[in-house]
Amino acid sequence: MEAKGRVFKYGDNVDTDVIIPARYLAIQDKKELASHCMEDIDKDFIGRVKTGDIMVAGRNFGCGSSREHAPMVIKEAGVSCVIAETFARIFFRNAINIGLPIIECREASEGIKPGDEVEIDFDTGIIRDVTEGRSYQGTPFPEFMQRIINAGGLVSYINEEQ
Amino acid sequence: MGMTMSQKILAAHAGLPEVKAGQLIEASLDLVLGNDITTPVAINVMQGFKNDKVFDKDKIALVMDHFIPNKDIKSAENCKTCREFAASHDITNYFDVGKMGIEHALLPEEGLTVAGDLIIGADSHTCTYGALGAFSTGVGSTDMAAGMATGRAWFKVPEAIRFNIIGKKPKHVSGKDLILHIIGMIGVDGALYRSMEFTGEGISELNIDDRLTIANMAIEAGGKNGIFPVDDIAVEYMKSHGNRPCKVYEADPDAVYAEEYTIDLSELQPTVSYPHLPSNTKTIDEAVSDHIKIDQAVIGSCTNGRISDLRAAAEIIGGRKISDGVRCIVIPGTQKIYLQAMEEGLIKSFIEAGAIVSTPTCGPCLGGYMGILAAGERCISTTNRNFVGRMGHVDSEIYLASPAVAAASAITGYIADPRSIL
Ligand code: SF4
Repeated sequence: MEAKGRVFKYGDNVDTDVIIPARYLAIQDKKELASHCMEDIDKDFIGRVKTGDIMVAGRNFGCGSSREHAPMVIKEAGVSCVIAETFARIFFRNAINIGLPIIECREASEGIKPGDEVEIDFDTGIIRDVTEGRSYQGTPFPEFMQRIINAGGLVSYINEEQ
Repeated sequence: MGMTMSQKILAAHAGLPEVKAGQLIEASLDLVLGNDITTPVAINVMQGFKNDKVFDKDKIALVMDHFIPNKDIKSAENCKTCREFAASHDITNYFDVGKMGIEHALLPEEGLTVAGDLIIGADSHTCTYGALGAFSTGVGSTDMAAGMATGRAWFKVPEAIRFNIIGKKPKHVSGKDLILHIIGMIGVDGALYRSMEFTGEGISELNIDDRLTIANMAIEAGGKNGIFPVDDIAVEYMKSHGNRPCKVYEADPDAVYAEEYTIDLSELQPTVSYPHLPSNTKTIDEAVSDHIKIDQAVIGSCTNGRISDLRAAAEIIGGRKISDGVRCIVIPGTQKIYLQAMEEGLIKSFIEAGAIVSTPTCGPCLGGYMGILAAGERCISTTNRNFVGRMGHVDSEIYLASPAVAAASAITGYIADPRSIL
């Protein structure tokens, strides 16, 4: 599985309250929810993001609440992968469980610039910055998580097991 | 190699003699929790399962607390979804208006979370129950759905940081000050993917409410769970709250910790987290010298809405007046706490001072309703998060503190030291 797109870049500790503010949490419609993704720190994100684009951030991405709405709106907005130095643990779980690919890589998180074209190979964890002509080795998923992702998320995984 | 307390609980629930940090396991659950925001998402996910029955109607707790009583039509629809689901699956522990409380204040009080339990909840502050010696951690709605259907969840076995608590706790220093101090020290990702295990003779200085506050905020240091040893104080609490049989696990003497810290309670000061991260801590002396004028004070939440919190606040507010220009909002965590506060005369002193007292709800803690901030406004709050926009406008500010500090600030209009008032 691969991802390819243009990069939106953010800093450390991007929390779930800015990914999707709690004031919108009563909304059930995914499209409507996603239209508020990142609006508190990046008003232009939703207007500019295209299907396949990639988010790159620093440490502890997705910290804060357990809301699954956070990875869900990022996926719904069209983002194909989030690269960060580290992820907050509930966000990490949620992303895997709903099938939003995420990858940890400190060098890529530091080296990639906003707007760069980036390609990612999920099987090997290799991240290629096409604009800069540089490659980085990200952490591929352990086999157990690979199985969940390959099944298309936890729901299909459980259905296969049952 | 010895196991930590958290690892022992995980091993027992996975049916394994031993687990190691980093190992992926599947374990059986004693309780699966959800609230009015996360449960509807989980119900939706469950509809995708071939078998959409719940694994055990007694081991699921659904608590309507975030936008309750319904703040608008959408939240009313969400609660209706939960209510219908609870009825159709005959869920024993469904808590709606009249019976509800803020989930993490309510469940220990109801005796639904006891030592040795393995608990997941679709709410990040599920880590609260570690105060009683359970392994409990927050997950998302998909995990909740899988947990409700199968009674199982996957875990990556965490390594642990040990916090050795020593010394005597000064008056007006609380569990909140200790946990804010720790988060200030190790940062908001200082315990990422790890357990925070609290030990040492200083634990006996902390009552159960203090411990619940501390375990509650483990997530604010990125922790997977926070956990306390089960001492007489904890056993006594569990006996008088539900008296469900519990199982006591202890860390092995040769357990390995990734890091260790020693904290002397006698050196702690009231502590305040400045916007916009819980780790931006300063001591009360520094905060007082910064002359921070406040517009609102919130005393409540799953962090500090328990009876000892309300007592600490009432001790300061009672017989005084809330400063002009400050809105002081007090929110007891559960119906029982509300009633107890009423019987003890605390509610009366809040109202006489010019504060308002709300029915239990998360309300302003997550910027839901009941105390939303306008642009440029500042709030001192006993809640657990001060992220940008958490309580309202993106240009508002939240300072996190203990109930005593919030109460003292409500009286003076500026962030204040409770010791200077009493
Ligand atoms: S009181 Fe605040 S932190 Fe606690 S469960 Fe409610 S919204 Fe979450």
